[in-house]
Amino acid sequence: MGMLEAVLMTIATAATPLLIAAVGELVAERSGVLNLGVEGMMVMGAVTGFGVALTTGSPWLGILAAIAVGALFSLLFAFLTLTLVTNQVATGLALTLLGLGLSGMLGESFVGLPGVKLGNIDIPILSDIPLIGRLLFGQDPVFYISILLTAGVAWFLFRSRAGLTLRSVGDNHASAHALGINVILIRYLAVMFGGACAGLAGAYLSLVYTPQWVENMTAGRGWIALALVVFASWRPWRVLAGAYLFGAVTIGQLHAQALGIGVPSQLLSSLPYLATIVVLVLISRNRRMTMVNTPASLGRPFVPDR
Amino acid sequence: MRIELVKRPQQSAIFSALSPFLALALTLVAGAIMFSLLGKNPLDALYYYFVDPLREMWSLHELAIKAAPLILIAVGLSICFLSNNWNIGAEGQFIIGAITGSILPVMYPDFQSWIVLPLMLAMGIIGGAAYGFIPGILKTRFNTNEILTSLMLVYVAQLFLDWLVRGPWRNPQGMNFPETRTFHQYAVLPEIWPSLGRANWGFVFALVAAIIAWFMLSRMLKGFEVKVLGQSPRAGRFGGFSASRMVIFAFLVSGGLAGLAGISEVSGAIGQLRPSISPGYGFAAIIVAFLGRLNPLGIIAAGLVLALSYLGGEAAQISLGVSDKVARAFQGMLLFFVLGCDTLIHYRIRFVGAPTRTAEVSHGNA
Repeated sequence: MGMLEAVLMTIATAATPLLIAAVGELVAERSGVLNLGVEGMMVMGAVTGFGVALTTGSPWLGILAAIAVGALFSLLFAFLTLTLVTNQVATGLALTLLGLGLSGMLGESFVGLPGVKLGNIDIPILSDIPLIGRLLFGQDPVFYISILLTAGVAWFLFRSRAGLTLRSVGDNHASAHALGINVILIRYLAVMFGGACAGLAGAYLSLVYTPQWVENMTAGRGWIALALVVFASWRPWRVLAGAYLFGAVTIGQLHAQALGIGVPSQLLSSLPYLATIVVLVLISRNRRMTMVNTPASLGRPFVPDR
Repeated sequence: MRIELVKRPQQSAIFSALSPFLALALTLVAGAIMFSLLGKNPLDALYYYFVDPLREMWSLHELAIKAAPLILIAVGLSICFLSNNWNIGAEGQFIIGAITGSILPVMYPDFQSWIVLPLMLAMGIIGGAAYGFIPGILKTRFNTNEILTSLMLVYVAQLFLDWLVRGPWRNPQGMNFPETRTFHQYAVLPEIWPSLGRANWGFVFALVAAIIAWFMLSRMLKGFEVKVLGQSPRAGRFGGFSASRMVIFAFLVSGGLAGLAGISEVSGAIGQLRPSISPGYGFAAIIVAFLGRLNPLGIIAAGLVLALSYLGGEAAQISLGVSDKVARAFQGMLLFFVLGCDTLIHYRIRFVGAPTRTAEVSHGNA
């Protein structure tokens, strides 16, 4: 395996968790719910995935458990913001703080233990194609799931009737309600889909990216996923482009650190965060474009009149 | 069973006052359940968390040390949140304030005079405010989401501090430990009552800041401006208030207070810079702000409660062998319950039995 091929493959591994979490959040935001708890749901997924895989020996069971825990954890957020109409920003922060705290507590006995790694798929012959062979046909299974997920969400949102309904709820919940659409139910489902994706993204971190448990191991990736949704103007394929851009920045700075160029490693480590800020500034600068793309009911509470 | 919300004609005064207490009670119940699951006697555990730290004078001083940064930061955040500016990067402003405030004792250790400490505090405030200014100006100039930018800057600040204490600011006599030289006597924030305990003047700063902010928010035009622009920017514009100037104001004030908290913590409680100088005060302060119902006087009480959860976490770790991580789970639960209970202020909650078919239909037509 050549150097370039190895770099491309690690970029894909760095991008995959961002992509999965961001696509899930995109669906929630398209239904009009801003869930700032992505970081918390992701870290819960990471600790669950690691713990279940460790005790059962099966990384797949770990992944399934992480998806379930992510969805259940997001249900907490959904109950507060949708049923009790609490402030979405504050409640999302609460979910993140709770997730970071709970996962630290649950995962304490896992610190330092060797994890279970989800192996790569190897499609014979095809994976031997130079340069792109391993990249396209020799990745871990979740990589393929993430691409299918993006395609599936893109199809669902823009080509299916249910997707149209979901977007209508996000753009104008009052009109959707008047048409007899169950706004709250759709939002519950969208939030739980986002939670399940965040759980999967977290499990990817602790089972594939770095198979171990470290407290706060998401290290802001949930927040970067949130920024990616804005960057992508709520479009799934643009989320994919953004996630790979960030994957490239992350891996680029890691390689620069390994090469020991004369720049402090901390400065290089802060590049993904600085890049997020720069990208947000560039994308938000055009107010009209932002207005057109943002789901119009995003973050606004809805209480059906009875 | 279904839950229905019925809007109250006006805010419930009873629940406005009761909701933080209700949330605390619910957190205690949830905590008791959590401890039972961990195989500990829940009453013992709650005792060590919430009563034991209050029994001794030195321990009360420790409480004040932990409460001071929480209150200082949360007071600033209340102004932000009331004006609808979501600064969640207080942790970063805290760190930068600690760094800029430490410039004199670390880089000019031979400059020893009574003026050093006031200068340090001023530089801490300026540093924190400047760091808070970044997400503020990005929001007003480029329409950038302040939640994400302020949070990203936390990671940048943590890495910057890490670089400083391992690199240029490392103590030359420190045997390669990642920490700066310890502050000289003129750079240390004095204790209020040294014979009784360690509490330093940071706690007094916190009380003064809370009282000034309370006066501003409840008695001055500026406070009215904060609330109007927070609840209805349109109404604020008609009133001649500038929304973008308010954004900058809120970020400068909250950043400055977080910076003051940072330099007070470093010069009072720690005495030098280290790679990690805060057990998440900037994030816990978000919980304090909401538990205090965004009222600076309420925030004083809420800050003491959260400080107790930090202290109790340490006490329970020693006495019961429960991990200190439990405290952070507690804090997260508390914010959930606070937000949930606040619903009772605006809505009456009705539990509706299994809906009959006719009820569903009439609901659909409503």
